[in-house]
Amino acid sequence: VLYAFLCYNDEAAVCAWSKDEEAAVMAKLGTVTEKLTREGRLGPVARLVPTTAATTLRKDGDPPLVIDGPFAETKEQLLGFFVIDCTSLEHALETARELGRANPGGSYEIRPILNFWPGSAGA
Amino acid sequence: VTEPGNDLAWIDAALTSARPQALAALLRYFRDLDIAEEAYQEACLRALKTWPQNGPPRDPTAWLVLVGRNVAIDATRQKSRQAPLPEHDIAAEGDAEADMAERLDEQHYRDDVLRLLFICCHPDLPATQQIALALRIVSGLNVEQIARAFLVSESAMEQRITRAKSRIAHAAVAFEAPGAVERAERLAAVAAMIYLVFNEGYSASHDGAAMRQALADEAIRLARLLLRLFSAEPEIMGLTALLLLQHARSPARFDTDGAVVLLEDQDRTAWNQAMITEGLALIDKAMRHRRRGPYQVQAAIAALHARAARPEDTDWRQIDLLYAALEELTPSPVVTLNRAVAVAKLRGPAAALDMIEPLARPLVGYFHFFGLKGGLLKQLGRNEEARVAFDRAIALANTAAEAAHIRQHLDQLAKEATVAGAKIARDGAKI
Repeated sequence: VLYAFLCYNDEAAVCAWSKDEEAAVMAKLGTVTEKLTREGRLGPVARLVPTTAATTLRKDGDPPLVIDGPFAETKEQLLGFFVIDCTSLEHALETARELGRANPGGSYEIRPILNFWPGSAGA
Repeated sequence: VTEPGNDLAWIDAALTSARPQALAALLRYFRDLDIAEEAYQEACLRALKTWPQNGPPRDPTAWLVLVGRNVAIDATRQKSRQAPLPEHDIAAEGDAEADMAERLDEQHYRDDVLRLLFICCHPDLPATQQIALALRIVSGLNVEQIARAFLVSESAMEQRITRAKSRIAHAAVAFEAPGAVERAERLAAVAAMIYLVFNEGYSASHDGAAMRQALADEAIRLARLLLRLFSAEPEIMGLTALLLLQHARSPARFDTDGAVVLLEDQDRTAWNQAMITEGLALIDKAMRHRRRGPYQVQAAIAALHARAARPEDTDWRQIDLLYAALEELTPSPVVTLNRAVAVAKLRGPAAALDMIEPLARPLVGYFHFFGLKGGLLKQLGRNEEARVAFDRAIALANTAAEAAHIRQHLDQLAKEATVAGAKIARDGAKI
């Protein structure tokens, strides 16, 4: 079974890491993901740009409302995600509206991906 | 297995990131910067003692505010000779944490942090004192670190900060929640101060690479903090984008000898791609608001440079238009000087030279004016005039790196003169 591992942490604290601390964490993570790759178990991995770069589309209204910043409600839960190639934020919002018409209600938080490793598991 | 609470580096990062909000909340409570700072210090000491044992609290900022407040209140009571209170049971304080977090809602934090930052940019304080104060109070750098950044002795910096603090102590800063207009004014002043911190690291009067890096990182951290609190402000998006896009180029800005490398000669593969990605995303967000502002325009210019894989791919026409917009928003000879660089690319060095001629008087003591003038004259083959301009630039250079860059131009001119001289001598011999 493919599992998704969703990473949560205090963004301000992570942004306060020094270059060395960042490198140390990445190196330690690297040894784990290398092992997972050898075992053929690693699927796509993404690191996102900080939430300050996020835009949220609330799709329970008509037209859907665009809000600056990350998804902030606690009454709704993360149910899944898409990775879609877009030329700009405007293009990404257009795509989100299209998805929203197919599946109204809730929100999409739209955030650029900083690093993306496609992986091979489940391919 | 290491629990996150046992990891001292984690605690350090948590304390650093919690500082502005925690200190700002304590300042609202005590309305006295020294008491608030002491309370915060004490709360940090307790955090270092208890977090490794009990693990990290759910909301470190709320924990620090609560503990800091209790400590300072106890201290005041003890000073007023009441019966000394027993030490607080810190484990029990954890229970009150959720309640506290709720009371310190986002709106409060926003205005608290804005107030704390705004106090540092009091109009009576010269720019250097504003920067020093912000680094000391908001960022929590120690006096020694700040002194190193400004290349002054520790005692001189201590004095400078003490003087700045006493000046703001007498300034009346309203502690009530600000109105919309006042909030916007504070935000603009704070944004300008953050840009000052960045520029001090980016270009100003010191050559230490490590300090440059530290000041720029700190400015970016402050800008992100502000943006997290004011997430719908396009100018704060623009400011953050501008800092990220400019800082992304820093690995390529100096050659191995420490001389400045111009944008068009930089190794673009050395630019920090993560910062560029974030900066471009932010400027994209800001543009959607269709509320133009100087930081957004400058960020848009930086974005055009960042998007060009090679110097010849640069969209100079768009950059010229953006500088024209900036001239309208914030007219200044320095903006026109920057625009002249784009004009030189579009219409040639002679047109650019015409454009900067009227700037000679206002920019009479400005290094970059003579650097650009020398460069344009050199392109036109007016080498003698170019040499004069470069000589003037060297005299005005703010850093050794700037001077080294101009010296490279002068060396080239000297070499050309020698070659030309040899050619004349050779031709003469033929006759």
